[in-house]
Amino acid sequence: MPMTENDATTATKPLIVAFCCNWCSYAGADLAGTSRLDYPADVKIIRVPCSCRVNPLFVLRAFQRGADGVIIAGCHPGDCHYTTGNYYARRRMSMLFGMLDYLGIERDRTRVEWISAAEGAKFAATMRDFCSHVAQLGPKNNLGELR
Amino acid sequence: MHRIGVFVCWCGSNIAATVDVKKVAETLGKEPGVAFAMDYQYMCSEGGQGAIRSAIKDHALTGIVVAACSPRMHEPTFRKAAAAAGLNPFMVEVANIREQCSWIHRNKQDATEKAIILGRTAIAKVMLNTPLTAGESRVVKRALVIGGGIAGIQTALDVADAGFKVDIVERKPTIGGKMAQLDKTFPTLDCAACILTPKMVEAAQHENITIHTYSEVESVSGFVGDFKVKIRKKARCVDEVACTGCGDCMAKCPAKKAKSEFDQGLRNRSAIYIPFAQAIPNVPVIDRENCIKFQTGKCGVCEKICPSKAVHYDQEDTILEESYGAIVVATGFDTVSPEPYGEFRYEEYPDVITSLEFERLCNAAGPTGGHLVRPSDHKEPKRIVFVQCVGSRGSGECEKTYCSKICCMYTAKHAMLVREKYPDSEVYVFYIDVRTPGKAFDEFQRRAIEQYNVHYIKGMVGQVEKKGDMLLIQASDLLHDKQLHIEADMVVLATAVEPEKGARNLATMLTASMDTNDFFTEAHPKLRPVESPTAGVYLSGLCQGPKDIPETVAQAGAAASKVIGLLVKDKLITNPCIASPAEPMCNGCGLCENVCPYGAITYEVKEVHREGKRLSTRVAQVNEAVCQGCGACTVTCPSGVMDLWGFSTRQILAEVDAICR
Repeated sequence: MPMTENDATTATKPLIVAFCCNWCSYAGADLAGTSRLDYPADVKIIRVPCSCRVNPLFVLRAFQRGADGVIIAGCHPGDCHYTTGNYYARRRMSMLFGMLDYLGIERDRTRVEWISAAEGAKFAATMRDFCSHVAQLGPKNNLGELR
Repeated sequence: MHRIGVFVCWCGSNIAATVDVKKVAETLGKEPGVAFAMDYQYMCSEGGQGAIRSAIKDHALTGIVVAACSPRMHEPTFRKAAAAAGLNPFMVEVANIREQCSWIHRNKQDATEKAIILGRTAIAKVMLNTPLTAGESRVVKRALVIGGGIAGIQTALDVADAGFKVDIVERKPTIGGKMAQLDKTFPTLDCAACILTPKMVEAAQHENITIHTYSEVESVSGFVGDFKVKIRKKARCVDEVACTGCGDCMAKCPAKKAKSEFDQGLRNRSAIYIPFAQAIPNVPVIDRENCIKFQTGKCGVCEKICPSKAVHYDQEDTILEESYGAIVVATGFDTVSPEPYGEFRYEEYPDVITSLEFERLCNAAGPTGGHLVRPSDHKEPKRIVFVQCVGSRGSGECEKTYCSKICCMYTAKHAMLVREKYPDSEVYVFYIDVRTPGKAFDEFQRRAIEQYNVHYIKGMVGQVEKKGDMLLIQASDLLHDKQLHIEADMVVLATAVEPEKGARNLATMLTASMDTNDFFTEAHPKLRPVESPTAGVYLSGLCQGPKDIPETVAQAGAAASKVIGLLVKDKLITNPCIASPAEPMCNGCGLCENVCPYGAITYEVKEVHREGKRLSTRVAQVNEAVCQGCGACTVTCPSGVMDLWGFSTRQILAEVDAICR
């Protein structure tokens, strides 16, 4: 059933898909966990070997299926486990984000972040911040309705 | 037909306290394709693994999902359990409901809902998993140690003693590193050279160790068990085999105005030089920038005088190519230059020196023969001010945020040495905090205060000025809340340690990761402290973080034991989660080859079936031994032909769909 702007639960509970690279950001998420740093349960993580494994189409698919925000998190520039993967991710996503504007999806619904395995606090803070931004934008379903 | 088994772990109360595990198991058990679901207190325990094994057999499961802690923790455990029951280990997925759920959420309902979604996502993925078989690769029974300081030497000796060949590559003309420059070592005050030089000799004479000094790693390719490394042996201009180390060339060399790096610039050396008397190898090197022959073409004294005809000006760099099973990074450290901290006027006043310079001034083999004097006028100092944390524990742009760890101890050592040499001297130490954990360390520092009457003052030095031939130090005494003005003969700055400058370049070559301070990161900060996240690359010594000599030696030994553990294997199991092209659809465009960081992709003309036709076409080929499975090629491929085992496009899309359902 398509969601509506008035749906109160979705307005406060955005659906966030987070693609996290195995070596840095996924480990950073684990560290946030071991440090008991809370962030909203709205964030669901998909583990990928590297941020460069994230196809821009995955992001579009998430929006199409009803995600309200998509975040891609990888190793800091220069620290990629595979040397250069995060640079590819950055370039691909900046291309995609330009197009999202064109598709009528607000830029703030997507983000690329560099979070290392040692940055549990940054992981939690980033997710909290991203969730609140996306929550303010309200639910997104224009792509979903095109399905 | 899928028959998926779901196993929900309580992790004691770690998960069960926040997630309704029974409800998760019950809900997931009703998912299409799921044939069995259970919950258990500790899935990773023998009992839990046993339950997995029995369920796989009893219910003829085709794949399993374990909802438990992070896959980074126990994925290998559950894969092994699956394999033991005859299920392909890659038919296992882990839903992370501890680190990414129960531990971060307080509300039980939210956490339970999320755990169900995470479980559902893993089920959606595992249904698309493919049984994978890990390949095998060879292990070259030879190790490379990069860096010839105490860390590198110790690692090399331990690996060599176990019967494996080791090569040490050292950038400087001699091995020995920073420890060779030190005078005494804390907390026992035994001399550094007395304990280091025998180890240097042992390494040089070891039948399993080859030392390449004045050499650098040029490039690294390959992977664990079979790294291909190019080593640039820089031209010494002296034949290492023919040279006897007699030293005639150094004595006769007319260019004697070069600053000795080993003596921290406190003494001059000749252009052809051996860094210090106990250097290994005991073979000089020509510093071309200061050599008259290289600068003007006229001279050639050393060549003429050499009795063994070992000097060759036309010598060129040579490139060695070697294969190694394991690589140990032992690149060590440098100390920061005090130049950015203008308040100390280090550049201006010769009597403001760094701790490493102080080591040389105290050292019996140093520029003053161990006679501690002021560099400016060679007077014996009566009052010395030591400043700790110069560049450490700061928040400024040029400051390091970390504690350099060794400064509190060596400053206490320096203070005691001064008081021993000159019993009538006064010694002040300015500190932010004194940190002396370690065996016999705190006692050592207390001794400096209690027996040697060193004045420890908590506070910072604000300014150093010249007053006559003395230095006027303005400082704050935080405990007594007052400003101090001290006239001193010398100021010694305990400058921060930082990783060797070239280390980042090396990290890039090794695809090893570094933290924001350029220290190499460990595979796990607690449980895998001497391994880098890159398989086959190990860490030894200060390149990983500030540490003292005993810790460095301990870590060097630990790294060696990891290397030995690798080199005793005859074959390694490779990661089967690698890229793979659907050949008939590939049009050989070449984009994937461009993005592959490992050069794992090549093209071959192959016969393929396309649209019912048989044709000969150029298609991408992935070298299974070289591909590391990053997936860069999969996204680049315009026709979606390239996919990644274990993280296929269909699997990830299924996960997206399951989350958004």
